[in-house]
Amino acid sequence: MDFSWIVSYRELLLHGALLTCLLLVISVTVGFWIAVLLAVAQVGRNPVLKYAAKSYCTFFRGTPLLIQLWLIYYGLGSYLPHIPGLRGSFLWPIMREGVFFAGVALTLNFAAYQGEILRGTLLAVPKGELEAAKAAGMPPFMVLRRIWLPRAIRIGLPTLAGEIILQLKATPIVFSVTVMDLYGAAYKIRQDTLLVYEPLILVAAFYVALTFLITQAFQRLENAVPTRR
Amino acid sequence: MNSSNSIFQLLYISPPGWGGVLLTGALATLFISAGAYLLGMILGLVGALGKLSGPRPIRFTLNVYTTVVRAVPELVMIVALFYAGTSGLNHVLSLAGMGPIEVNGLVAAIAVLGFVQGAYMTEVIRGAILSIPVGQVEAAKAFGMRPTMRFRRIVLPSLLPNALPGFANLWLSVIKDSALIAVVGYQELALAARVAASNTKQYMLFFLAAAAIYLAITITSNLLFSAIEMYFRRGQRPVN
Repeated sequence: MDFSWIVSYRELLLHGALLTCLLLVISVTVGFWIAVLLAVAQVGRNPVLKYAAKSYCTFFRGTPLLIQLWLIYYGLGSYLPHIPGLRGSFLWPIMREGVFFAGVALTLNFAAYQGEILRGTLLAVPKGELEAAKAAGMPPFMVLRRIWLPRAIRIGLPTLAGEIILQLKATPIVFSVTVMDLYGAAYKIRQDTLLVYEPLILVAAFYVALTFLITQAFQRLENAVPTRR
Repeated sequence: MNSSNSIFQLLYISPPGWGGVLLTGALATLFISAGAYLLGMILGLVGALGKLSGPRPIRFTLNVYTTVVRAVPELVMIVALFYAGTSGLNHVLSLAGMGPIEVNGLVAAIAVLGFVQGAYMTEVIRGAILSIPVGQVEAAKAFGMRPTMRFRRIVLPSLLPNALPGFANLWLSVIKDSALIAVVGYQELALAARVAASNTKQYMLFFLAAAAIYLAITITSNLLFSAIEMYFRRGQRPVN
């Protein structure tokens, strides 16, 4: 086992680790809010929104992330330059990068899985609480904002940790669209140094450590939320 | 050539259409997934029984196996095993005085994905076994059933309904994980779509076609699994 390359590649590795964390944080936070919309649309009464949200979830949960990523990066990416005005705009330097497409694909994918979970937890909120809110004179949107959603999110908290870990484990795939995340860095190191296992072991250890941190953080969060058993 | 017409001609089964390539890729995806799933199920059954009733060192090894495989990203696991597996095998062969062999990509893909599936399967089966009321197993013991008969007649039939949702999830996840095999260069559906797309520059068309095939597979599987679960839950009292 030879780990002497760590010193000369520390910048690449650090940068990669940061990028992995950044992709995780962005896709989880943005994806979560899209998921809330998807879940509310699915339990709502509007048939068009309901059907649209359902098909979205089915599509993104039924196809591999790799295909979605390539569809967005190669497929959509090849159309973007043809949109008039986009090339000259301030957004272009961001939208040219693989990271942008990777972030979009990861976000949309996370939203689909989380949206399905939140749909379930929205339905799991006791009917009596919603009726009580209604009886107290809250308009429907206020019921959703103050009672229904907070309760649904709380019920879904234990599964959220699992979903975030799954999301973390999905991130290395972005290296296939030229993003230098942690796995991308390891890939480059393997090509440069011809070491087969050592870079893989290092990144695997990083993912395991991050998984551990996430579970610990959520344990605390769950303990902080008061529950009656 | 007229544009919209010629684009769909690219999906025809025979060349110059790429439909045949995609369908061959889809078959490879199904074959890899089914193989890995079966291998994972065998590993999972052995793993679960070992975890529940094995001696301490075996239980410890199995814990390390399930924890590590489930904590490390599938892609890293697949790449590591792909190289570790083939070079490890050749190392063993050279120790035995034989020359190196070229490991078939299909076999390697099945072995690698199956090894990953085995870890998840272990946990699903272990959970399903634990949810069987102890009294049923004790009653079987009291009747003098031998362990194999006890497993076949009592444990397995009451394990299946509890394990089936987990099995269904794992089947869907192995189909989606099999796309990762594209990264190590075996031509299944995802890589076939990429080859077709980069040859014709019709990225949108071919990735959408591949997505449609994956979707067809997953939706059909969903229907199949809910039918199977209904069959194995016959005679159970419905919830509510």
